Amino acid sequence: MQEDRRRFLIESGRFLLLTGAAGIAFDHVLAGEPEKAPNYDATRHWWAMLVDIEQCIGCGGCVRACKDENGVSHEPFYFRTWVERYHVDPLDAEHPRVDSPNGGHDGFPEIYRQGDGAKAFFVPKLCNHCEHSPCVQVCPVGATFESPDGVVLVDKSYCLGCRYCVQACPYGCRYIDPEQQVVDKCTLCYHRITQGLTTACCEVCPTGARQLADLKDPKDPIHEFLRTHTINVLKPQMATGAKVYYNGLDGSVR
Amino acid sequence: MDSVLHAVEGFMYPNEVELQWSVLIVLYPFITGLVAGAFILASLERIFRVEAVRPTYRLALLTALAFLLVAPLPLQLHLGHPERSFEMYLTPHTSSAMAMFGFVYLWYLMVVLLLEIWLDYRKDIVLLSQRTTGPLRLVYRALTLGSDDISPRALHTDDKVGWFVTLLGIPSAFLLHGYVGFIFGSIKANPWWSTPLMPIVFLFSAIVSGIALVMLMYMGFAWLREQPIDMECVDTIGRYLLYAFVIDFSLEMLDLLHRIYEADESFASLDFMVHTKLYTSHILIQIVLGTLLPIGLLAMVQVIRLSDAARRGLYASAGLLTLIGIFAMRWNVVIGGQLFSKSFLGYTTYKMGFATREGLLPAILLMILPFAILWVLVRLLPPWPREWEEAKPQEAPSVSA
Repeated sequence: MQEDRRRFLIESGRFLLLTGAAGIAFDHVLAGEPEKAPNYDATRHWWAMLVDIEQCIGCGGCVRACKDENGVSHEPFYFRTWVERYHVDPLDAEHPRVDSPNGGHDGFPEIYRQGDGAKAFFVPKLCNHCEHSPCVQVCPVGATFESPDGVVLVDKSYCLGCRYCVQACPYGCRYIDPEQQVVDKCTLCYHRITQGLTTACCEVCPTGARQLADLKDPKDPIHEFLRTHTINVLKPQMATGAKVYYNGLDGSVR
Repeated sequence: MDSVLHAVEGFMYPNEVELQWSVLIVLYPFITGLVAGAFILASLERIFRVEAVRPTYRLALLTALAFLLVAPLPLQLHLGHPERSFEMYLTPHTSSAMAMFGFVYLWYLMVVLLLEIWLDYRKDIVLLSQRTTGPLRLVYRALTLGSDDISPRALHTDDKVGWFVTLLGIPSAFLLHGYVGFIFGSIKANPWWSTPLMPIVFLFSAIVSGIALVMLMYMGFAWLREQPIDMECVDTIGRYLLYAFVIDFSLEMLDLLHRIYEADESFASLDFMVHTKLYTSHILIQIVLGTLLPIGLLAMVQVIRLSDAARRGLYASAGLLTLIGIFAMRWNVVIGGQLFSKSFLGYTTYKMGFATREGLLPAILLMILPFAILWVLVRLLPPWPREWEEAKPQEAPSVSA
């Protein structure tokens, strides 16, 4: 009788332990499930974006399209992409005047006088999908990660909301989603690009100032563009391997 | 939130307007610093054989424990999803300084502090489990962990192991707080934080704050118990506080001088901030009130012959000012580092709530909590000689072969 009870305890203990472990393991398997895009092979792409500053007219269409497509809060503190207006005195490039009312969502009111001797231009910004992302490096649980096709993504079911990545991003591209209390950022419309579409911001841009680019596709016009234009990335001194390439980026841009 | 938008000066990236780390994240390095500092003071007696500070040895350990238990609470309260914090143990991201927190914390709590306290108190716990009655007896019996051998040979072993644990504890305490400095110092995106000096500055400021706290605790408990203060003890602590403070201040001034002389792209922005938004908390409270004044008071004791009462008053004032100064230092690092834009073109403002999740009220409660825990610990494990020891001093355990 005693032997039976002991065996029962051992067996049920084993059962509980094993089912518990299997449950946890299965959770992790599910957590790592890739986006549902059966015909998409992540290893055959390396995504980037081209921003042509000379083409941007500051209409804010990209900001609105992004917020609508991705359900970003409409409060003026949360942006996956935004547009900045620079007004630079050529003799004082260290002190540019910059504004971005509501992230450029509603366009830009005229506040500068034409012909005042300054140069003015718009700079659309978004996550740079860095190859050596400081945000990925600091995440304590690996909720922020780089996909095999070069997109920095967030597993929102795993993020603690510690905000360390927000501090680590040199470009101010991250924010805490006020509803979910986890970090949010540009995904390069991963749900669209894995279906063969372009991003929402690129799609609505009336001048083609934003172009999605696949660096692994030899036929992508990005290669010719990069070869024939003066290209730079934001804050190159940060050595983050940023993959948003700017044409006509002025030295005053931060 | 909208009012913050109006308080923005110049240009900030839109996502930067809201501060990410609140007063709770100021508390976190402040509290871990007190832990590390209190432990370093305890190790002075144990490892470096500074006998004069012996009366504070146990109190320092209990203080470290009380504060260490509270250290992760501000972090938990700050997290968007505290229920997921355990993931840091299950799936730590090894390149993240923050991910290592859990392991350093557990190591320090379980292996160093609890073990050292248990070994040091084991004889007392066994005796108390025999002398007390009622539910308390059960508590003490549980605390013996089934080990009630207090023969001289066993106590000698305790002492040897305890010494080794303390030895292990010194680099662990350095690790605990050095890594907190590294969390900030390794953020290259933020020039106010990004300096290799950050871990070492954090470490020395931790030592300073921990020593000051234990000194105040010792004097406070002596006053409450109506016992005389051992002046040789507080004189020695005051001297060590002065030494640590001078090193700490030199390191901070080195950092400041380096920034001023190099004057890189971020300098104009940081300089403006120190002269405006951070002027009160950085220049007035941290440097003048919280550093120069206590250093001056502590140095005065060294050069002028003063009565015991005067010295006690000076030590108490210097200790309090030190704690205020080190708190201001944490504030200026954590909050100051978020007030300017990473574009270096503008500034925002920190608006602290009161009875909100990350407001002033929870911060105050979190600062009271370690003192409440310490009160319980001191009741449970008195750090001073017991009545029966005072009546008939126990002989030191003889070394048996």
